[in-house]
Amino acid sequence: MRQIDLASTSLRDLNAALQGAAEGSDDAWTIVNPRGRHAIAVGMTNPVEVTIAGHAGYYAAGMNQRAIVTIDGNAGPGVAENMMSGRVHVKGNASMAAGATGHGGLLVIDGDAGARCGISMKGIDIVVRGSVGHMSGFMAQSGNLVVCGDAGEALGDSLYEARVFVRGTVKSLGADCEKKEMTVADRDLLQSLLERAGMSDVPVGAFTLYGSARRLYHFHVDNASAY
Amino acid sequence: MCGIVGLFLKNPEFQPRLGYMTSRMLRVMTERGPDSAGFAVYGSAPSGHVKLTLRGVADIDLSALALQLLGVLGGDVEFARHDDHAVLAIPAATEGAVRALLATLAPGAVVASSGHAIELYKGVGLPEDVAGRIGLSGMGGTHAIGHTRMATESAVTVAGAHPFSTGTDQCLVHNGSLSNHNALRRMLVREGQTFDTENDSEVAAGYLSWRMAQGARLDEALGAALSDLDGFYTFVVGTRSGFAVLRDPVACKPAVMAETDDYVAFASEYRAFAELPGIDTATVFEPEPQRVYYWEHQA
Amino acid sequence: MTSDSKNIPRTQPRFSATFDRGTISEIQRAAATGIYDIRGGGTKRKLPHFDDLLFLGASVSRYPLEGYRERCDTDVVLGTRFAKKPIVLKTPVTIAGMSFGALSAQAKEALGRGASAVGTSTTTGDGGMTPEERGHSATLVYQYLPSRYGMNPDDLRRADAIEIVVGQGAKPGGGGMLLGQKISARVAKMRDLPEGIDQRSACRHPDWTGPDDLEIKIEELREITNWEKPIYVKVGASRPYYDVSLAVKSGADVVVLDGMQGGTAATQEVFIEHVGLPILAAIRPAVQALQDLGLHRKVQLIVSGGIRTGADMAKALALGADAVAIGTAALIALGDNSPDLADEYAKLGTVPGAYDDWQDGRDPAGITTQDPVLAARLDPVLGGRRIANYLSVMTMEAQAIARACGKSHLHNLEPEDMVALTMEAAAMTRIPLAGTEWYPGKGGF
Repeated sequence: MRQIDLASTSLRDLNAALQGAAEGSDDAWTIVNPRGRHAIAVGMTNPVEVTIAGHAGYYAAGMNQRAIVTIDGNAGPGVAENMMSGRVHVKGNASMAAGATGHGGLLVIDGDAGARCGISMKGIDIVVRGSVGHMSGFMAQSGNLVVCGDAGEALGDSLYEARVFVRGTVKSLGADCEKKEMTVADRDLLQSLLERAGMSDVPVGAFTLYGSARRLYHFHVDNASAY
Repeated sequence: MCGIVGLFLKNPEFQPRLGYMTSRMLRVMTERGPDSAGFAVYGSAPSGHVKLTLRGVADIDLSALALQLLGVLGGDVEFARHDDHAVLAIPAATEGAVRALLATLAPGAVVASSGHAIELYKGVGLPEDVAGRIGLSGMGGTHAIGHTRMATESAVTVAGAHPFSTGTDQCLVHNGSLSNHNALRRMLVREGQTFDTENDSEVAAGYLSWRMAQGARLDEALGAALSDLDGFYTFVVGTRSGFAVLRDPVACKPAVMAETDDYVAFASEYRAFAELPGIDTATVFEPEPQRVYYWEHQA
Repeated sequence: MTSDSKNIPRTQPRFSATFDRGTISEIQRAAATGIYDIRGGGTKRKLPHFDDLLFLGASVSRYPLEGYRERCDTDVVLGTRFAKKPIVLKTPVTIAGMSFGALSAQAKEALGRGASAVGTSTTTGDGGMTPEERGHSATLVYQYLPSRYGMNPDDLRRADAIEIVVGQGAKPGGGGMLLGQKISARVAKMRDLPEGIDQRSACRHPDWTGPDDLEIKIEELREITNWEKPIYVKVGASRPYYDVSLAVKSGADVVVLDGMQGGTAATQEVFIEHVGLPILAAIRPAVQALQDLGLHRKVQLIVSGGIRTGADMAKALALGADAVAIGTAALIALGDNSPDLADEYAKLGTVPGAYDDWQDGRDPAGITTQDPVLAARLDPVLGGRRIANYLSVMTMEAQAIARACGKSHLHNLEPEDMVALTMEAAAMTRIPLAGTEWYPGKGGF
């Protein structure tokens, strides 16, 4: 195991070391004293394991490709933003815009996520054990957002083809977001997402699926107020 | 645009360390606001007295000034110098007379705040330098609010630094940008509020003072602000014994809070909390939009 | 005398200046459809522009340089502030961001070929980077937009510079709308959208708002790209003094300022015509901001929005810009609004010179379309040649002016080399009214 102390190492040196980590290396990296610093472990391209031992600031694991990043604390705004692949696991809470615009990979949040979780997501899977804030799934294009707790106001506003599973209550649905019938395939998918997120203890039965009503896909004057 | 910190102590044992804890938090917010910094520290005044924080007194002989005030007013006048600021403690009944005298005895001085508890300091420059000059880390008290500013549309001046105090023992700091402050300012001026700067945040402070002058409690005034203020904002507001937080409905500007049995802390970013005692076991959460968060000390 | 009723002149039809023919037809259109007018291009109204400035040239007090003989350099380096690999352009005119989606792949390739041939850069747009575009662009600026369509770290690293788009001149404060006709299978796939739907783009970035957060975003992008790429910040001209100041404070290497004449693929007509500043009015406050920060020429300023000629370019540089960018002019160079297409424009209800339905996907020139038959009309090699020709002419024109003013480099043009023809232009640029030493706001006439 390799340890980097952010109290004595610059962010540039840290990220350069992580980004340069050898392909196929068994090394696992631990970053101590993160103290909410921004842009930790961004732009990773290799399947190495990185643990951030504490709270991370903005954009932790941003644009991740293939790396397995664990944040043993809270994450600031935009954790795993635009992630392409790999896995990011936040053991505490995540701030605003968690997983924003992510194209792939899995983002797991053990605590709650703030506002706009999964905004403009483009294929990423996000599983939140707690609740998500307002405008989560705003303009979400594809991928799956799983919320084991509750969702705030305007869930899934202007949703495209992403799917949103919520187990708890939804304060309100956003424009063009509606409840969908859950098929066996949906249930299987949900089950597998929970398993991959390490949350097989959460029963699949109590979830509701939300998706796009597709009324905003082609402008119609009767829907003008929803734009 | 900027960084905000706030600290409301529940445990009186922490009171001597209030300034130190606040200064450490403020320093971390430098990147968010390198242009200027300011802070309000709430502590008690001698019984029956009010404190006036004067700004721009670097060249004034305060002992002589105190003697002059004493000669006219009688009673006791205490003063403490903090770099280019000074805090005068005067009998509450003499505030009006003191303000009038100051205008002639010390015409360069600005009354930055007045109240039973508030002391308010600000300056241009890096937050660490401003706090260091004024000696924040040596100050005690019950609650404090600090701000680091990245100027957007208003000038980088001392007057434009936050916090803004527009009423007795009141202060406000703001991160964001209001979109209807010009019209609101005109309305408040008609209602008798006065403003020292062109800053949108001062309008927000003045709005709350106006509401409270009409009898609203701080939390009620903030609730009304939700419908009257347009734009983006995270506010942290202090009163003599209260401490409040409000975010606009969209809530784009960052805000995080930490609560333990000993304190409630606010910051624009988590990293400002990193050195707080007991932070590892604190309840850390983000304040929800449109919800007034309010804590108050028992009077 | 009795009047001859047959000879009384009849009152001629009189048209209203307020309710002119365009206004009347727009009210009728709105009443019939219930939707605002969406179109492409930039503002069409008359605005104060570079035409309102003139260069003085040299005579006795100043000495000119010999055209074609004496050196007049045109190179510019962008991104010298923080980036390890600044961009070097042979001429200070670049191609502005226009998306694959808004434009055909052929048009994007042609822009890349033309820009590369003359040693300048081109820019992606809201929709990601295509291999054709990357392959044919020697220097490619990758736009980072609110929608993040097609955004990925591999392309980020493949780019030569990164342009964070806060806004554009045609619609400062607005998002985007690409109509379903243009969301072909390929465009849809690149944007992770269903094919053929009306695509909406957000007006704010999903994970930051304001300069304090922008500073953190810039740090992230630099960390992902090893601090190599210049970071541009593009704003629509609205409050240029503050916006430029804040972009610089947030850490930008280059600021791109787009005036309201700047084109768009598709936006509400009301937005295009009624929001923003003409570029002429925006340059001086932007330059003032850089000067006040002590960073003029250190943080480079690119201006765009209605740049058409080498004269416009020279005037923009003289006002303090480091380079200009063209969009609409480049499309015209490619063949947009060509008189050769008059018959086809007639079928679309318009005429050469007025075609602006870039949102509609039926462009007979094959430029603003995803229709494979129409798009195939544009030969990327020939198109590239036309772009290169046009860029070369612009450069030579600017050199001709600069030499006449005695400058051995375009960047030595100054505001004092110009006069203003109108009070408006004088007020906006602080350049004296021709024949005087005075501009509005300056004491003493």
